[in-house]
Amino acid sequence: MALDRWIALIILMICMAYGYAAFFTMDVGLPPFMQRNAIWPSTFPKLLAGLAIGCALIILLGQGKGDAGPKEGDIDYRRLTDYNLGQAVLLLVMMAAYALMLRPVGFLISTTAFLTISAMVLGERRLRYLLPITLLATGLVWYLVQQVLGIYLRPLPYFLGTGG
Amino acid sequence: MLEGIMIGLNTAFTFSNILLVIGGCLIGTFIGMLPGLGPMSIISIMIPIAISMGDPSAALILLAGVYYGAIFGGSTSSILINAPGVASTVATSFDGYPLARAGKAGKALTVAAISSFCGGTIGAVLLMIFAPALATVALLFHSSEYFALMVVGLSAIAAFAGTGQVVKALLMTVLGLIMATVGEGALFNLPRFTMGIMDLQSGFGFVTLAMAMFALPEALYLVMDPSRSNNEAGGEIKDLRISRAEAKEIAPVIARQSIQGFLIGVLPGAGATIASFLGYAVERNIASKEDQEKFGKGSLKGLAAPEAANNAACTGSFVPLLTLGIPGSGTTAILLGALIALNVNPGPRLMVDQPEIFWAVIISMYIGNLVLLILNLPLIPYIAKILAVPRNYLIPFILFFTMMGAYIGQNNATELLLLVGLGICATVLRFADYPLAPLLIGFILGSMLEDNFARAMQLYDGLGFILERPMTMGLLGIAAVLIILPSYRARRARLRAKGVADGD
Repeated sequence: MALDRWIALIILMICMAYGYAAFFTMDVGLPPFMQRNAIWPSTFPKLLAGLAIGCALIILLGQGKGDAGPKEGDIDYRRLTDYNLGQAVLLLVMMAAYALMLRPVGFLISTTAFLTISAMVLGERRLRYLLPITLLATGLVWYLVQQVLGIYLRPLPYFLGTGG
Repeated sequence: MLEGIMIGLNTAFTFSNILLVIGGCLIGTFIGMLPGLGPMSIISIMIPIAISMGDPSAALILLAGVYYGAIFGGSTSSILINAPGVASTVATSFDGYPLARAGKAGKALTVAAISSFCGGTIGAVLLMIFAPALATVALLFHSSEYFALMVVGLSAIAAFAGTGQVVKALLMTVLGLIMATVGEGALFNLPRFTMGIMDLQSGFGFVTLAMAMFALPEALYLVMDPSRSNNEAGGEIKDLRISRAEAKEIAPVIARQSIQGFLIGVLPGAGATIASFLGYAVERNIASKEDQEKFGKGSLKGLAAPEAANNAACTGSFVPLLTLGIPGSGTTAILLGALIALNVNPGPRLMVDQPEIFWAVIISMYIGNLVLLILNLPLIPYIAKILAVPRNYLIPFILFFTMMGAYIGQNNATELLLLVGLGICATVLRFADYPLAPLLIGFILGSMLEDNFARAMQLYDGLGFILERPMTMGLLGIAAVLIILPSYRARRARLRAKGVADGD
């Protein structure tokens, strides 16, 4: 089975769970005065669940031309290991780590670290260029967002006060 | 009317007001380039400054400048790094980004600037002529027609999403609508489908989803396949100028879309986003066969259409604001707040009681558009240089800016984890050739669609509104044709390939 049918199957399962919630569990707690309305919170989701399940089934069962193979310039998922998959996964891990570190460690340190390490993952080795650039960029963005736009970003680790 | 124009010229052409327009455009452009900060947030940031000026015309002139600048700036990031920070520029990235990848970033930005300028200017002229009359037409549209209009927009997008697989595009659209139902809706004060997770209470963030659908998969593709980042031009900006033939090609598109965009913008609630999507879909549909092939792969028409439409629609959205006092979009709602704080009551009396405000805004729109064009055309080569940044630096910064966009909107670190998760899903979907744009569009229109559907259901106590309102039925009919026609055509082509005779 080609990847697009697997995806249709997964989407079908998600939509069935969604539809189950819409049809059977959502209306239980509905207050009596709302039950007289022409539309319930679950009306629209019910419609959508039906539509989505229909579409997913057409893809899953349809005898379409199947997998047409990758287009030119696109990535062929069947040969995923030929690409720099490791780098991509590492960068995703970096992003997740950044998300978790941003609050406790503060904006300045975590951003500098993220930018520097990501560039090194991609193969940059000249730290004497890299570090000043990332430091400057981090400082600039922080200044713009916090001081000019007035959106709060905690600059320093949590034990060093709130900053700004 | 001539008298009004004179009043407007008088007010707008003072030294300080011209400075305000220039300043507003510049601020708007630069902040708008950051993904995640759209016109709405920039205007809300500028409001304290505008209110403290005390003069309502000057304040409105400044805010209108910021608005235009932000919309123009937003298209820059969708063209250069495929990161549309504003819903109304999502359609711009469909063709703008392929152009940039082909080394024509400069040309793409120029076309965007010129189309925006034309859209905005034509919109301003139309606003001047038709504002009073249009106000009454806009009131003819009820919630059931809005619902039908959005269904038409969504089916047009699904039908022309590019890969030619209507069902896949349709599934993605519905999936987007489903994602829009997560969280607390405006109509029902009860959280839906949050699975008890607090962070989902307010639903998925638009910026998070936009970044996850477009910018993140593109960045991952760049990482996985280094040959993608060496575009043919090698980062050099060539072809800044538009040839005469190209100008001839896009001129009718711009003219059509400026008018259509303006008319859609006038309808309260429709706004620039729907205008840009519909503009793209309509142009794609009426283009010739070989032009249609180019859409989505770097067609100048496909870039000019949404840009002209969204700028014209922005101007159009001032019609209900200034003549009825009804804000047509989130941004004009904030403007309404600012006006009320300045002791101006927009509404039918505005043109009678304070004509100088009405006309000054219109005249300043002209000036704003002109200033934007003059400021931006010389800057384009420098802006486009962003693409010449070495890959090792560019990719971390793209990732960082997508995360900042998602973070500063909500100030919530969970949003970033959501971004990564959705980004991975989007990349896998892209592997399997599922179009991602319909999902995002479905998500953007989802809550509006449901609200209008619910309102129509309540007013007519059931589905009766479809039968009782001919305009709704007509629009829904168009939507059905849009979905069925391409699949029918594909089926016939398949049958013909098999050697089965046609019925006709």
